[in-house]
Order: sequence, then structure tokens, then C-alpha cells
Amino acid sequence: MEGNEAELAVVLQDLHKSFGRQTVLNGIDLKIARGETLAILGRSGTGKSVLLKLIIGLQKSDSGFIRVHGKEISGLSLEELNQIRKKVGFLFQEGALYDSLSIEDNVAFPLARNTRMSQAEQKDRVRQLLSSVGMEKDLGKMPSQISGGMKKRVGLARALALEPDILLFDEPTAGLDPITAGEIEDLIVRLREERKMTSIVVTHDLHGAKTISNRVALLHEGNILIEGTFDDLQKSEDPFVSQFLSQSS
Amino acid sequence: MKERPIYLGETSFPKPQTNITQFGELVKSSLCSFFEWFGELGIFCGRLVRAALTPPYEGRELIRQIDEVGSKSLLLVSLAGAAIGVVLSLETSASLIRFGAESMLPSVIIISIIREMGPIITGLIVCGRVGAGIGAELGSMKVTEQIDAMEASAVNPYRILVATRVLACTLVLPLLTLAADFSGIVMGWVTNTISEPISLRLFLDTGFKNATFNDFLAPTIKTAVFGLIIGVIACFQGMRATGGTEGVGRAATNSVVLSSLFIILADVLLVRLILIFFP
Repeated sequence: MEGNEAELAVVLQDLHKSFGRQTVLNGIDLKIARGETLAILGRSGTGKSVLLKLIIGLQKSDSGFIRVHGKEISGLSLEELNQIRKKVGFLFQEGALYDSLSIEDNVAFPLARNTRMSQAEQKDRVRQLLSSVGMEKDLGKMPSQISGGMKKRVGLARALALEPDILLFDEPTAGLDPITAGEIEDLIVRLREERKMTSIVVTHDLHGAKTISNRVALLHEGNILIEGTFDDLQKSEDPFVSQFLSQSS
Repeated sequence: MKERPIYLGETSFPKPQTNITQFGELVKSSLCSFFEWFGELGIFCGRLVRAALTPPYEGRELIRQIDEVGSKSLLLVSLAGAAIGVVLSLETSASLIRFGAESMLPSVIIISIIREMGPIITGLIVCGRVGAGIGAELGSMKVTEQIDAMEASAVNPYRILVATRVLACTLVLPLLTLAADFSGIVMGWVTNTISEPISLRLFLDTGFKNATFNDFLAPTIKTAVFGLIIGVIACFQGMRATGGTEGVGRAATNSVVLSSLFIILADVLLVRLILIFFP
């Protein structure tokens, strides 16, 4: 995808990452425009989640460049990196809610640590966020008392707490029943339409990717094998793409 | 690097290695792991110091951790101290009677407890209870991506999770040692009184007659180092946990084993230093 640097939310250039002798990412080039939803598809263990963690600086790349809103993130101090992180929300695969905190405190956590909001303002904001994901009735519950789908909703509310410009989703519908998965997909689409957010969604759910994304990229053997619209993917004659599509549908 | 495929008719057995080569490889990998562990510990300590010394400070979380480490260990540590007092009284009275020195019993019990038994027992008991707890808690947070989620929320986990726990352990250990010393001395007196009645006041007067303030102060402060060891090792093991529930179990076990080992090693060194500086 070509684009003016100012219009691009995230740029990955010649990105490499290995764990020991195992190469996970082998020269990834990817550009994500502002307001776009990109779905990254691929088999399990191909480095999709690693790619998301590199974007937010939770892991360090071996080489290559990552620019978020035009700012190169490697070499930033922790304070500078945290300024970027405040603009990027991350929904983890299992929600990653803090076990020892209630649903309300989980969502309030980024607000309490990163803003000067009063307790009352925080409470209002938390209620508003939980209401936007349909969880306003459960704010006193602990994470162990709610289902997997509910954890993802709360995780999404927490990811939205600091009003990020970019949202990263790690397998948002994995392990959910079709109805709950559909609800999560609707939420993602609604976020894109209402807040004009840039989203990167890592998934191996083809149906979900088609519903929520403008563009898809297929990761295979450490590289982007194909990138384009869902139709481009379906028209591809690459044997792996055909196999991936036929096995997934 | 891709592995070369093995074709039909070709053996898949690896090339035989001599025992010496295997032994060399084993020594090399063990040495690498050993130095890697210390290197990672050094980086971890650097992050911990930076997080502990720079604002904002996590006062509320520190108080919560002091309660978690201190209040909840108090009963266990007091019971262990009491048991040590009883055992010391029973064991030493028989020996002292044999040498006609039973009048020394209060001194032997009190000096043994405040100089060594109280501090080391407190260190090892807290290491078992708190070290395992911290290792398992942080390990579980690590493998379920809660620590990643914290970092993604622009919050430094070293500040909120590590610095508070290490500081709580360091501050609380000397206080818990006082509790262990107290219960040990009281139960030493009770045990002694059952066989040979003696007033508590006389027991304490006789016992503390030969003790100096240095006998009490340096060994009690020594336990702050034990607390530091427990906090650092347990948090370090928890923060580097990998591999699901198995990794959490490993982090908890390693926290206890390594903390206990380092406490005993530190005790040897600190006793020597105390004897030099507080003769």
C-alpha cells in the first residue's frame, strides 16, 4: 500500500525477529493508513502476535524499522515509548485482565495511572466505557466470575480508556462461540465507524477478517505472502493462499 | 534455518557423539545459562533501582504489600520462633546440666535466638511463604499477559509490582524477626520453668546480662538483607516465567530454592562481617 507518510498510522519496514535459531519474521514490510482496519491472517505460530507486540514495543525487533504516527519506536526511552503507548490500545488474546482487581478497577487502571482525573470522573468514564461494550451491569465482579467473551469486552473497554488512535487486536474472536464472536466483530466495526480508529487485527478467522477489515495481509514463513482486499485474496492463484482459504472456510 | 528433509532409505539417526563431546557441550550450555542468569539479574536490578528511585511512588501499593508480607506472616513466624525457643531450651538444658553450667541456660537461649536462630528462621520461613507467593503471582501475571497489558497501558510494572514487593520484604523482615525473637525467648522461659521454675524477670536479667546491644542490633538489621534477597529473587523468577502453568510452578519453586540458598550464603558472609565490625 502506497501513501503519504503523514497519512500512515503504522509503517513496518524490513522487520526481522528471531527466537534463538527460529526465525519468526523475516523482512516484513507493511503500511497501515489512518482510519484503516487491517486484518493479519496466517497459521498459528507464524508470528502474528509477535508482530503486534513489536509495534507497541513489548518486544524488540532484531532489525528493521517500526514507525507509529511517523515516530520510529526503536531507540526510544521508556518515557517516550509510554507516550506512544498511550495512543495505542491493545486487546490481548485472553483479555489479560488483572486477576486481583474488579472489572471496574481493571478499566480504571490506565486512567488512574496516566491521567489527572478525579475519582468521580474516573468512575463516570469507566461506566461509559463499560456501557459501550455492554458490561455496565458487571462492574463489581472479579475477572474469575465472568466468561471469556465478557473478558474480551472488558479488555476492549480498558484498551479504549485512554482514547487511543490505534487499536491492536490479538485474536479477538478466538475461543468464542459464533454469537459472541459476532458481537465482538460488531463492536470492532462500530469503533471503526464511530471513532475512525486505525485497527490492526490478528486473526485466523476468515469470516471475521472479511467482516471487520478493509484490507488483509497473509503472513507465511516470516513474510507477507499477499496483501490487498479480501477479493484479492480470493483471486490469488498462490497454492498456499488457496489452501488457507479452502481449509479455513 | 530449515532442516534438511530426510529421504527414504536414508537413516534418520543422529551422528554418534563421543562422551567427551557430549560432556563438553553440557558444560558449555550450563556455563552459558549460569552467566545468562546473572546477566539478566543485573539488568533486572538496574530496572528495579530506577523504578524505585524515580517518582511517582506507589505508596498505597507499598502499604498493601507490607500488610501482605508482614501481617500475614506474623503468626507463622511467631510459631516458628516459639518452637525454636522450646527446642533450644530442651536441647541445651541437658548439655549444660551435664557440664554443671545450668545457670547459663537463659544466656544461651537468649543469645542464640537474637544472634542467629531468630533471624535465620524468620528469613527461611518468610522465604517459603512470601517467596513462593510472589514467584507464583508474578509468574501467573507474566504467562497470562497481565504484565504485558500493564506495559501496554504505559505503566511500568517494575514500579508497581517489583519495587513495592522488594521494599516491603526489606522493611518487614527485621520487624518479623523481633516477633520471632520475642516468642522464642518467652517459650524458652516457659519450657525452662516447667522443669525448673524461674521467674520471667530473673530469666531475662540473667539472659541479657552477658548480651550487648550489638548482639541484638546487627543480626536484626541483617534480616533486611534477607528480605531484599527474597524480594529480588522471587520477583525476578516471576517476571521471567514462561510456558503456562508449568512455568508458574517452576517460578514459585525456583523462588524458594534460590532465595533459601542465597539467604544461607548471605548469612555466612554477614555473620563474618558482623563479627569484624561488631566484635
